[in-house]
Amino acid sequence: MKEIERQYRHPPDLYQEGEIASDIRTEELTLNMGPQHPSTHGVLRVVLQTDGELVLKATPYIGYLHRCAEKIAEKVSYRQFTPYTDRLDYLAAMNNNLGFALAVEKLGGIEVPARAEYLRVIFGELNRIASHLVATGCYGLDMGAFTPFVYCFREREYILDLFEAACGARLTYSYITIGGVREDLPEGWIGRCRAFLDYLEPKIVEYNNLLSYNHIFINRSGNVGVCSRELALAYGLTGSCLRGSGVEWDLRKATPYCRYNEFDFDIPVGRGEKGTVGDCWDRYFVRIQEMVQSVRIIRQALDKLTDGPVQAKVPRVVKLPPGEIYYEVENPRGQLGFHLVSEGGASPYRLKIRGPSFCNLSILPVVARNCLLADISAFLGSLDVVMGEVDR
Amino acid sequence: MTPSEIIEILKPHEGDGIVSAAADGTHPHVVVKAQRLAAVAAVLKTDWRLRFDLLRCISAIDWPAQNGVELSYDLISTSLGHAFAVKVMLDRADPQVESVAGVWPAAEWHEREAFDLMGVTFLRHPDLRRILLPEDWVGHPLRKDYPYPVAYKGLKLNP
Amino acid sequence: MALIEGIFEPGLVVTTVDWVLNWSRKRSIFPMTFGIACCAIEMMATGAARFDLDRFGAGAFRATPRQADLMIVAGTVTFKMAERLRRLWEQMAEPRFVIAMGACAISGGPYHLHAYHVVKGVDQVVPVDVYVPGCPPRPEALIEGLMRLQDKIGTRTIAKKCEV
Repeated sequence: MKEIERQYRHPPDLYQEGEIASDIRTEELTLNMGPQHPSTHGVLRVVLQTDGELVLKATPYIGYLHRCAEKIAEKVSYRQFTPYTDRLDYLAAMNNNLGFALAVEKLGGIEVPARAEYLRVIFGELNRIASHLVATGCYGLDMGAFTPFVYCFREREYILDLFEAACGARLTYSYITIGGVREDLPEGWIGRCRAFLDYLEPKIVEYNNLLSYNHIFINRSGNVGVCSRELALAYGLTGSCLRGSGVEWDLRKATPYCRYNEFDFDIPVGRGEKGTVGDCWDRYFVRIQEMVQSVRIIRQALDKLTDGPVQAKVPRVVKLPPGEIYYEVENPRGQLGFHLVSEGGASPYRLKIRGPSFCNLSILPVVARNCLLADISAFLGSLDVVMGEVDR
Repeated sequence: MTPSEIIEILKPHEGDGIVSAAADGTHPHVVVKAQRLAAVAAVLKTDWRLRFDLLRCISAIDWPAQNGVELSYDLISTSLGHAFAVKVMLDRADPQVESVAGVWPAAEWHEREAFDLMGVTFLRHPDLRRILLPEDWVGHPLRKDYPYPVAYKGLKLNP
Repeated sequence: MALIEGIFEPGLVVTTVDWVLNWSRKRSIFPMTFGIACCAIEMMATGAARFDLDRFGAGAFRATPRQADLMIVAGTVTFKMAERLRRLWEQMAEPRFVIAMGACAISGGPYHLHAYHVVKGVDQVVPVDVYVPGCPPRPEALIEGLMRLQDKIGTRTIAKKCEV
């Protein structure tokens, strides 16, 4: 009997050693998962070679959502590209806008007013909470738990109400633009935001009681999909996937941008509480703890919010001097990077987008080997990939 | 470590392998010859003062005016906190360079993407095939002179 | 054609039978989970607690096309995805309906100009019944699209069409 079968076998009185029919001819089955599948988090196709319930090899195929963002960037102007950045990681649109705006501003030497920077932090962190709520809810859904999904989406709707009041959109905002943010907050927004943060904190405790410390959930995600520290770094994992493997690396602390050095927050790291360091539970729990830290940051930013303009004086047609920059920001899913090459025109000469989920997904064929079929869903859910930024 | 210190560490190893270096500016980098890329990569990863363990991005840039394709490898060290970039300039007609997937396995997918969209061939890559576009796609779209297809398997691009 | 269509000669009054069949079909539409991109998130939000799609009878999202009768194409269709989309549509049993949700599914959306890999509108691949504009459309807009589809289902008849 194979070692992994030994771990999962029935109690001894049900059948005995040697009773497994080793004289039956077995075959490997090639199973296709996706691109339309309820738990592949988008249009991802994974071809599995299975021996019964055991997955021997998993090969991902991507590109089903390749929308040519990099080619489009060469044809449209800088301001016109901001809505396309929304649609890269559509669950964290504010953070994508921020990354692009910062890359353009650093290359062009554009100074952003203080109020705009604090607003950027507030909206970026709110979007981080919203994105982690979707990740948590969908991870529960992948495991077969429907309740966390509706709970998380209920909280997310309150965040989307706040976004809608500020900028009019629910999902793809284009609110953080080159030079600042698009417009100032409406009346009473800050009070509503504070009320929401007070409402959210006990809810996170509720999620822990409902899902995180649930025995079935721990059995399905603890010790599953273990990525060691070296493996995670070697394959370019970033974000909660890297922190879940025990690496204390967060761009907001390492190379602070947008006044993040003024805030006091911790970096949650996976400690292997329910299994091994770097298993699915660690990655998932890092996200829960990041939500708590984001609430802390938003509270501090609301206190520090100064008065002033929210937009720098940037010309209508933004022209950057010739040069090149590679700028990364810490998105909910990892480090989103923009390699911007400018030749002095109104559009970029080349814009390469480094999607965090692209690098996070590359570890799938390495880790999803000799595991059970159900572990594939668990592993994909814990990686939290969004195909918009894998395929761009 | 500042970029100029990093370049100083690389110089004794590489000497004539370094074509140019830029320590100041928004994108500190060093341009090396294509044949020396694998050696430079190994030094950057293993040297105890450098320790670049995270390969962030491999960008391929098409320069028809200089008749070349430029590859930019952006690196960062999670233990020491410094960032740097290495660039190579390849011949535009047949861009070939050795794969660094042996040094940073993250490069596997980045190089597949550079092959898919820009047409750069990576020697000794474990699995070099198209990653984003369909297997039977013709052409490399991010080239500046890429002609847009008229149709693909019966579906018109511009109906 | 569905099994019980066109079996009565034209002129035979079948209004009550029609009404009952259409009523049962439109009040329990089973959508297929076909979220591709950003619009999929708004589709999930429509199915979630605030904009509950289940009160329209359409909340039971089926993962397999064999058990679904509505395909909500939510997101951009690329060339690579188009043949899979067509195959999934062909696997659905009749009567089947398609809602093109979002600007990308209607005409390519923001990617209609310079993208080389985007299908400019899902109606090039499958016949569409209802178009829901927006980028992404609000959940209320998707619900309105579903209600238009329910009206469209209400106009079906099992009698043969008159030969003119």
